[in-house]
Amino acid sequence: MHGSAATLTDVAFHWPTWSETLRVLTFRAGYNTSVVVIGATLLGIASGVVGAFVTLRKRALMGDALSHASLPGVLVAFLLAWKLDLDPRSVPLLLAGAAVSAILGVLVVQWVTASTRIGEDAAIGAVLSVFFGAGIVLLSVAQAVPDLAQGGIRSYIYGQTAAMSAGDAWLMASAAALGGLASLLLRKEFALVCFDPGFARAQGWRVGFIDLLLMALLVMVAVIGMQAVGLLLMVAMLIIPAAAARFWTERVGRMVWLSAILGALGGGLGAMTSALAPRLPAGAVIVLVSGLIFLFSMLAAPSRGMLAEVARRAALRIRIATDHALETLILAENSRAMAAPPSTPGAMRAWLRARGLAQVENGRIRTTPRGRSRGERVRRNHLLWTRYLTEHADVAPSHVDWSADQIEHVLGAEMVGRLERLLASDPTSSGSER
Amino acid sequence: MNDALYAFISIDLPAITAAILAASLCALLGSFLVLRRQSLAGDAISHAVLPGLVVGFLISGTRAATPMFIGAGLAALIAVALIGAVRRFGRVEPGAAMGVVFSVMFALGVVLLEQAAARQVDLDADCVLHGQLETIFWFPPSEWSQFFSWSTLRETPRQVVVLAATFTTALLAVALFFKELRIATFDPGLATALGFRAGFIQAGLMSLVAAATVASFEAVGSILVVAMLICPAATARLLTDRLGSQLLVSVVIAALTGFAGYLLAAHGAPRLGLPGAVNAAGTMTVVSGAALVGACLFAPRHGVLARAVRRRGLGARIAREDVLAALFRLEEQQAPATAQALDHLIGAGVSLTKGLRLAQRSAQIRSAEGLWTLTDAGRAEAQEIVRSHRLWESYLVDEVGLRPDHVHETATRLEHLAEQQRIAPDLDRASDPHQRAIPPKR
Repeated sequence: MHGSAATLTDVAFHWPTWSETLRVLTFRAGYNTSVVVIGATLLGIASGVVGAFVTLRKRALMGDALSHASLPGVLVAFLLAWKLDLDPRSVPLLLAGAAVSAILGVLVVQWVTASTRIGEDAAIGAVLSVFFGAGIVLLSVAQAVPDLAQGGIRSYIYGQTAAMSAGDAWLMASAAALGGLASLLLRKEFALVCFDPGFARAQGWRVGFIDLLLMALLVMVAVIGMQAVGLLLMVAMLIIPAAAARFWTERVGRMVWLSAILGALGGGLGAMTSALAPRLPAGAVIVLVSGLIFLFSMLAAPSRGMLAEVARRAALRIRIATDHALETLILAENSRAMAAPPSTPGAMRAWLRARGLAQVENGRIRTTPRGRSRGERVRRNHLLWTRYLTEHADVAPSHVDWSADQIEHVLGAEMVGRLERLLASDPTSSGSER
Repeated sequence: MNDALYAFISIDLPAITAAILAASLCALLGSFLVLRRQSLAGDAISHAVLPGLVVGFLISGTRAATPMFIGAGLAALIAVALIGAVRRFGRVEPGAAMGVVFSVMFALGVVLLEQAAARQVDLDADCVLHGQLETIFWFPPSEWSQFFSWSTLRETPRQVVVLAATFTTALLAVALFFKELRIATFDPGLATALGFRAGFIQAGLMSLVAAATVASFEAVGSILVVAMLICPAATARLLTDRLGSQLLVSVVIAALTGFAGYLLAAHGAPRLGLPGAVNAAGTMTVVSGAALVGACLFAPRHGVLARAVRRRGLGARIAREDVLAALFRLEEQQAPATAQALDHLIGAGVSLTKGLRLAQRSAQIRSAEGLWTLTDAGRAEAQEIVRSHRLWESYLVDEVGLRPDHVHETATRLEHLAEQQRIAPDLDRASDPHQRAIPPKR
């Protein structure tokens, strides 16, 4: 064992300088780097577009299954080419092998799901692991053959972004073009099948065929992308941009565009980063950059992001606390029991005063007219709701206060009107007093 | 002790033991994952523990079990929490949430592995993926007399000890919480309502899966963990309908798979003309996949073939019964029973030739001069079928509230079921909605 006194930081890691960074960002870091960055960007677009539909179709992990399932195909093609004295490193041959076994994997998943009681999750997992295991066996066979260089094979598993050639970049470009074109032409069909396959079938669409087209696009993108990021991480390229785009919009069309853009950003920025840190595996760096983009989307997206959600909840909590404080104040004022003033915490006092809902007179806190009307409205909602529950929902009077405390803050004007018409009498005449 | 036996004990036996333990451990837990439709959680966790393993390794500098266990356990917890957060806030399907989290964590692990590789230590992605079963050795004394002593047992390979301990823990946990696991697996809602903490059970199961992943990865690699979590359990799912036998069958299948896979890889492959031994963990996954495919096809009740045979039998019965019922109707109307007239009366998609052949073979019909007639035995059964049909029609009109001209198609399908026995007593009447007599029960 080595590294007995090692820590995480003692491996010399070369941080890139500003000028290096600028050179990469402006495509002046050499032909190869530019090809890699452009190729990764194009791959991001292709997988973003296809991944958006696949994720909406709830088949996100199908991409994982089929990229794992392609390994035995790659190795069979490799070993066959070697037996037949062809060039075992010929990329089209290996990609064809990958595509054949990926399609076989998808078909097995569909067959098992449709014709046995085994669920899709187990079918995907079984195909993924068994096909990949078969690939590992074949890999060990290939390794046992003397004088057979299998260096190229490992790049299918772990990816070899840095070795991307102009030809590979053209391949990515055509994948992106084909994926984009197909999604543009079939966007209505894909969206329909994604959101309501039953309705689509009832309308006479051939759902099976549309699914098949989507799967074909998925196989194409996964097989082409595998060389770059590796089959283990291909699933990230398919899912992450789509899942990130989902945070920003509720519309399919916009989500597909955004997914393509985020995929391109992840691929491009990831490739640039790995150009600056050449020792790190590029495929993994691309996935990590995409992961950061996802994290940013999850946190910062305006309406669905976590921060927005937290802010919304905090605002609601503050509103409810304010309502409760005002209710308590009014009850105390009405009962004239001012000898024992309500215990309003200092922070709440300050908040009420700042909002002009209460003021301090002679050291005592009292509601302003505005605060009083708001408190009375809440109180009235509470009573309306308790009466509704006791008279119309048959809830025992001793059980209604808790639920009324929840609902009194969110009763809209329309609902209050309906309750008033329904109860059609003085709401203060009944219901439990607190 | 002769040399061949000693070689077997020091090379093959530790590997086989480790393989069987790892496979059984995964299969035991995998049954619950498969039944809960969470099979891919195992896949996700086995990917997501990678950064934890590597960090544990980098901090301790050794492949000792404890730091890596802790690191991997933490990583698994983080992964589960992140998946939950992504699901909740992203409102995407669970598969996509898992995919995002485990792929990013795996990528992080791959990047961290480069740090390990930079220090020329033998931890690489290959080892994590397909394990190093072939490098587990045991060198006990070569004399039987010293064999069963404390010092010998202490030399047991670390991987085997870790796997045995984890397997025992998992077995105990499953045995102790069998009732809770069962109810939470089949009806999480009921479990929660009864006061079992379904979330707590879920967390415990995931922790066990994480422990199994970490215990197994060094010996058999994460890809075999995924296969063993899913394939034996899915195979057992096709062979049994009870949870107890599901667990037993899946563990037995897994153990056999481990044993057979190892022998095939280490000793079978060279004899099959391959240049040398092939990867053992990979071979085991292939064997487990073959067992699953075998079960899919040949399982006695739930297999594809058994179901096809059942469906064929049902199809044959329906064709025969349709022919009998059609002949009965023609007799009622005193119309000639030509093949053409029969073809109009049998259900859509039912083969007339098949029905005629089968009914004739069971001596229920006769043919003379191109006309078909019922035998007495045939008329008896035909009467039952027509009675069933007309009772169903009455039921559909009176109780379900369908219009009389809408019930024939449905009744044609329902007449072959036995359920009218239960409905018939309530519908004791003389004629159906089309004012045709309902024949009496025989």
